[in-house]
Amino acid sequence: MTAMTVSISNSAISLDEAITLIWTEADLLDRRDYESWLALWTREGHYVIPVDPDARDHVDTLNYAYDDADMRRMRVDRLVGGHAISSTPAARSVRILSRFRLMEAGPAHCVVHCAQHLVEYKFERQRLYAADVTYRLTRSDADLKLDEKVVRLINAGDALGSLSYLL
Amino acid sequence: MTAPRLASGRPMSDLVLPDRIETAMYTDPDIFTAEMERIFSKTWVWVAHASEVPNPGDFVSSFVGLQPVIVTRDRKGRLHVLVNRCRHRGATVCERRQGNATSLVCPYHGWGYAQDGSLRGVPYVEGYTGDFDKSSLGLKALRVEEYQGLVFASLNPEVETLSDYLGHTKLWIDLFMKQGAGYPVKTSGEHRFRFPGNWKIQLENTTDAYHFPIVHRPFIESLDKQAEETFTFLGREGFVEDLGNGHSVMVMIPELIDLEANLDAPIPDRFLPLANELAKTHPPQEVRRIVRAVGGTGFNVNIFPNAACSMAFFRILRPISVRETEVRHIAIGMEGGPAAANRARLRLHEHFQGPMGFGSPDDVEAWQRVQRGVQGGPDLPLMVNRGLGLESSSVNHLPKGGVSAETGMRAAYQMWKRMMSA
Ligand code: FES
Ligand SMILES: [Fe+2]
Repeated sequence: MTAMTVSISNSAISLDEAITLIWTEADLLDRRDYESWLALWTREGHYVIPVDPDARDHVDTLNYAYDDADMRRMRVDRLVGGHAISSTPAARSVRILSRFRLMEAGPAHCVVHCAQHLVEYKFERQRLYAADVTYRLTRSDADLKLDEKVVRLINAGDALGSLSYLL
Repeated sequence: MTAPRLASGRPMSDLVLPDRIETAMYTDPDIFTAEMERIFSKTWVWVAHASEVPNPGDFVSSFVGLQPVIVTRDRKGRLHVLVNRCRHRGATVCERRQGNATSLVCPYHGWGYAQDGSLRGVPYVEGYTGDFDKSSLGLKALRVEEYQGLVFASLNPEVETLSDYLGHTKLWIDLFMKQGAGYPVKTSGEHRFRFPGNWKIQLENTTDAYHFPIVHRPFIESLDKQAEETFTFLGREGFVEDLGNGHSVMVMIPELIDLEANLDAPIPDRFLPLANELAKTHPPQEVRRIVRAVGGTGFNVNIFPNAACSMAFFRILRPISVRETEVRHIAIGMEGGPAAANRARLRLHEHFQGPMGFGSPDDVEAWQRVQRGVQGGPDLPLMVNRGLGLESSSVNHLPKGGVSAETGMRAAYQMWKRMMSA
């Protein structure tokens, strides 16, 4: 058993493992199970939605979201709190993630690029958001966790409607 | 020009009374068309902040009412505002939002314009007769003037000076710019959104403190106790003043009118990490000045018809149709200021503004509810009488009401009435 654990943690994170986590996250978000979503993150992780899809330096440029653990917690409280008129009721969403590429892979972390199509529905209106998503995943103990997620909407620089859920 | 009338023959200006406006103000396409002519083509309209075009050759796209314009800085550093329409057969000469170019070349037949709008190059010019006059075919130029980095343009060659137009707002704009903490104020990115509603719904909102504790409860709840206290300003000493020409100021947090006054007041808890960071490189008094500036001012200056200096950002509205409006929330920072301070400003902006902010989406929801709501009861008025009868006279001998009075809306609508009667 011990030998087994060692051999897993010494081998690079596989694309299959990464996709399993990414799809789990997608499902949690579409079901608005935000508490479970929060638990997927590392303590230091950042959830980032830049205004400029070409920006690489997110901390010093304006974003739609630049969330550390505290901000993710506050955001979830806002979404489920029932007092925000824009998210009560929340929009429904269905997302598909595909076109996965493993850009970096080691035993402790990996970087995955993928595409996301999300359809939002609320009040007799559907909207489509397409985005390139970059995940940085890290392995702590046996678990794979989200360490950074950057969602680059292809129309990020345009006028957007309110997002009453998480991309 | 005769004053515009509704299809029924009534003058449009009749729709504004001292205490109420009629529903058609938000719904009648004829009124929207008249507003574009009588207001947006007649007075000063905010088009850019000077820091968006700092260097010769810089340009940024903008709008004056429905008309697309380009704000450029020429080789000599002068600002120009040009209609984005080729003088040949009308193509836009620029589709980029922002950039730097030595000339603007129309993609259709290649006419080239200098940054001051003058026509420089015409391919195969021998196809015209010898009296072809390039000097009369420059891009259409607007009047342009600047105050404290705010760049305004006007389609009206006879418009009064910007300084006269801004009048009593200038003092407040000066106070607003103190959030540079001695560094020049620069723009640092923006959130843009559209909502299905009339532009005047947004115009009203920047002088509406009444909605804050209701609509923005989730924002207030996300703050610590101290900040929650700061943002609980209804029933306190705040006020709204009519500043003339449709402009107004709404002071929500009187302690934050002059950011350089009372610098010895304790630093709020939520700014302590920033203060500690700055203390490594800055003397204590500078730390206090910068931290105070990062939090922004305690007031909104509403500049009729499309701009506001709103606490810690610029709010710019753009009418698109009678039922659609675009709003820009432009973040500001300190040019050359400490990175930690500018970073803190960005995070504060993201917290409230934008499609995922803790404030703006709820504003948008409320405004679109107004537009949906006024489809019912078109005969009912919209009431803007809050605080009427309780006002005093300001230092400028203009109405001054309590923080949640609708004094600023009345100021804007009286200006609207004046311009729509001319
Ligand atoms: S339309 Fe611009 S050159 Fe012909
Ligand atoms: Fe608001």
